[in-house]
Parts: sequence; structure tokens; C-alpha cells
Amino acid sequence: MTIKLGVPSKGRLMEKTFTWFGERGVELSRTGSDREYAGAVRGVGGVELVLLSAGEIPRELAAGRIHLGVTGTDLIREKLSNWEQRVEELALLGFGYADLIIAVPDFWVDVRTLDDLDAAAAKFRARNNFRLRIATKYHRLIREYLRQNGVADYQLVDSQGATEGTVKNETAEAVADITSTGETLRANHLRLLDDGPALRSQATLFKALNVNLSDAERKDLADLLTTLGLT
Amino acid sequence: MTRVSTRAAQLRAHFEQLGALPVETSILQPAGTLLDLYGEDIRGRAYITSDALRGEQMLRPDFTVPVVQMHMEAGADPARYTYAGTVFRRQDDEESRPNEYTQVGYEMFDRAEPISADAEVFASITQALGAAPVKAATGDIGILVAAVSALETSEARKGALLRHIWRPQKFRALLEQFSTPSVARDVLGLDNPFENAGPEIGLRRTSDVKDRLDELRADAQITPISKTVVDLLDALLNIRAMLPLAVAQLWDLAVEMPAIGPAVERLGARMIALKTRGVDIEKIEFATSYGRSLMEYYDGFVFGFYAETRTDLPPIATGGRYDALTKQLGQGAEIPAVGGVIRPDLLLDLEGAA
Repeated sequence: MTIKLGVPSKGRLMEKTFTWFGERGVELSRTGSDREYAGAVRGVGGVELVLLSAGEIPRELAAGRIHLGVTGTDLIREKLSNWEQRVEELALLGFGYADLIIAVPDFWVDVRTLDDLDAAAAKFRARNNFRLRIATKYHRLIREYLRQNGVADYQLVDSQGATEGTVKNETAEAVADITSTGETLRANHLRLLDDGPALRSQATLFKALNVNLSDAERKDLADLLTTLGLT
Repeated sequence: MTRVSTRAAQLRAHFEQLGALPVETSILQPAGTLLDLYGEDIRGRAYITSDALRGEQMLRPDFTVPVVQMHMEAGADPARYTYAGTVFRRQDDEESRPNEYTQVGYEMFDRAEPISADAEVFASITQALGAAPVKAATGDIGILVAAVSALETSEARKGALLRHIWRPQKFRALLEQFSTPSVARDVLGLDNPFENAGPEIGLRRTSDVKDRLDELRADAQITPISKTVVDLLDALLNIRAMLPLAVAQLWDLAVEMPAIGPAVERLGARMIALKTRGVDIEKIEFATSYGRSLMEYYDGFVFGFYAETRTDLPPIATGGRYDALTKQLGQGAEIPAVGGVIRPDLLLDLEGAA
């Protein structure tokens, strides 16, 4: 058996991951046609590259089907409960920065903080007979964040894309989403709360815990981590 | 499982003998009602499934809501109900906790004599638990509600505190905020606060924003709650003693906080009613803060029975008065209600150990 390394299969995240490993003497590359999700590893032995959607990497790590994986902290925390017991952060890779934020319409000049949001939600619910809607795909993280900060009288509505447009379309009153620059928010007349992001995320190399490795695999993994300068 | 269902049937039979009508409810409950009642938190605690026809359904996380609905539709009060069945609780973080278990419940709807109903439910559950080595913890959210309602501050501030009674941390933060001079926000001083702001979008309108700015303006003029009053509230929240002593301590506090008088009087009357029903009141603990994080909508008497030596176990039985829930469910039509549930699986554990 080999050590399986899961890497995002597309775009800048894949390229930057390849560069990060390359700079440390482990050359990752895609093989075959552009459309085929197969990869090669050079520079260390016994390691296999598995190209996956970044969103699936947490689940695969937790299940032990891959031993190492590169994905965002946000995805690990959203998709895995007790994530600290299931994966270990080996290295922050310094790219793929994204903040999980809550944004409200800019003209809500009375709402600057989570406390304001809570007060506005109470009034909104009393007036409209339903809870203030926050559109997001990060249900677990946002629910926990709002609970910890004492925000009530809201509901989360699922939005898997174009989340910033939900307020104008009147399917939500506020949004919670990942943003790197905030430009899309501003273009949609939304503004971040002053409390700062609910979570700061970046591309991170994770190791699956609770996986049984053979002696040979253990050695391959140790060699890889030594090469990467992580031991 | 057979042992648990046998024990559950015995408990339900016990409540039937006390005059309760046995009822059953569907396992699948419409998610909308529960979400509206409990908010987003319930999603973290309940299993949700869906179909194209009925939309989101929840595997019943408790029996209370469907039983209240059943009663509000058809029942005549006073009424007593009992049920036994499985409830489902999603467990994302604690592998050791079961995600389905049996509950046996006893619910009472009685407009006329709430204090006597409180005592009856508590005594009936005590009786059902028999000789199991448990100790009772109790509280009364009504006392804190009375204290907050009488604070010398604005209705808006009282409303905010009352709304967060069930979130102790947020309640504490609000109390601190309301007892220090408020810092006027820049936006309140602007001639046109919307000058550099974006266009009106979404269902929360400009008028809503203006209304809240007016409230903030008014709030900035409010005199902070005095340190003396905050200290009194703290003293109230820190009361924790065996019931008779706690009642005495509350009467002492009521000298300086006369507003809690009627609520303390009800607590005293409940204590007598419990004693009359043969409950050993010297062995019941009372804490003003008890039950604040148990369930929103418990708004009066609250109780839990805990294993004396097995502190690792969740409560064997819990319950309380939930008038606020019937008010919310009935859209104004309110039916005073009190009830409790027993977990026969935990009870068997204790009985086996005894």
C-alpha cells in the first residue's frame, strides 16, 4: 500500500499546492489528459497523488481513505465534527486565504455588530412573523458562531451559490459566506460586521488520525514529512 | 430494548392510574413548527429529512410540541396525558450519547390551579422513580422574570434582558452594558445617516432602520442600572440551597426587591403543596439559576432528577412549566401547562445498581 495524498483537483488551489510541494522537493503533477484526474509524485517513494474536490477532502481524511490532504480550514470545520480528534494540522500553506464572514445590507446603518444583528432580528421577527433569514452554505459553523455570541431569532437558509444576491432577491436578509476580498459583497451593497470574521481560513495540509499504517507506510510517511521539512 | 420498553410501559401505566390519558404522536413532525419555536439550534439537535411533497420533516426530538398541539386542537382542560416512545437527537460531537432513546412523559393542562398542578406533576414523577437513588434540583424562572420586569430602566432594555434569560452569557453581557453609561454612536449625530450608505435592499426596510435608530437615540439617554441593583440581581442569581432555606433567603432579598414578592409567595405555596403531597422538601435543592439553559419557554417551575452517585449520567427525569410555549404555539391562545419526562433506560441503570 501507499501513502495517499489528496489535493484539490482544479484551478489555482491545485497549482499553488503543486508549487508548495515542489519548493520542498516533492514534485506533484497531473498525468494523462487535462480531463483525467490522475497524478504522479516524484522525489519521494511510496506516495500516491489523489486528485479530489476540495470539499470532499475532509470526508476522505476522516474515513481514512487518504492519509494526507490539502484543503481549507473552513471546510474541515464545517464538515467534520470533533475535527481535532480526526485530523491534525501539519502546515498552513500560506495561500487560499478566505474569511467566513457575516454581511448585512450597507444601508442598515444601525447594525454594526452581532449584538445589533440580534436586536434587529428580534424586531424583524416581531414585525414579519418569521425569523430573520441568513443565507449560507456553512450551516454548522455559522450556527455555532451565532449561538456563542448570543444571537437569536434568526434562521439559516441554504444557499449553495450566488449567496450575495439573496438579499436583493428577498430570499434572505443577511448572508454568511467565504470572502477573500469583499468586492462581491460591496458590489451587492452588503457590508461586513465590525466583529471580524467568524473564521479565518487558508489552505492547510492535514493528516488523518486514527488510521492504521503498516511499518512500510509509516516509514514512507515519515520520509515524506522529513522531505517537506515538517518534522 | 425489551427491558426498556417493559419499564416504559410500567411507567406509563403508573401515569394512567393517576388519571392521564395515553396518547401517541407521529415520529415525523413538520420541521417548520419546531424551527419557528426553537430556532436554528434545533437543527443541531434534531434529525431532518425531507420529501418533495411535505418538505422538511423532523424525527421528533420530543413529545411536548405534538402533545400541546393535540390538546389545543381537541382537548378540554383540565387534562392529563401520558406517552411512551422513542425520541431522536442528533449527536455531532458526543459519540457516547445515544441518538435515540425512550421517553415516558406526563403532561398536565390546568388553567385553574397552576401551583397545585406543578406539585402534582413533580410528586407523580417522584413517585414513578420510586426507590431509585436520585436527588432533585429545582428552580423557578418566574422569580428572575419578576426581578427583571421590575427594573428601573426602559421597556426596551427590560425586553432585551427577558428575551435572553435562557442565554445566561448574553444576559450577563447585556446587564453589564446596561449598567455602564452608553457611548453614543457616531451615526446618531448625523443629519442624514443614510448619506454614504447603499440602497435599500431586502425585506428589512429603511423604516425599520430608522425605527431602530430612534430606539438607540432614546436608549443613549437612559440612566444606567445602578451597581446596587446589579448586586441585588447577582445575589438573587446566586441563591442555591435546600428548598426551605432558599425560600427564607428569597424572602430576605424581597425586602430590598419587593417586586419578587408575589413570585416568592408562589414558590412558598408550591413548597407547601409539595409537602402536602408527601414530597420530602428538605431533600429538594433550589437554585434561582437552575433551568436557564435547560429549554427556552420553561418560564416557571423547573426540575430535574439526577443520579446521586452517577454524576456522569444525564438527568433521569426533567420537566417544568411551559406556558410560554403554548402561547407561542397557539398564536395568543394560551393554555397553562406543566409536565415532565422520564428516561426508563437510565432508570433501569440505576435500579440495577441499587
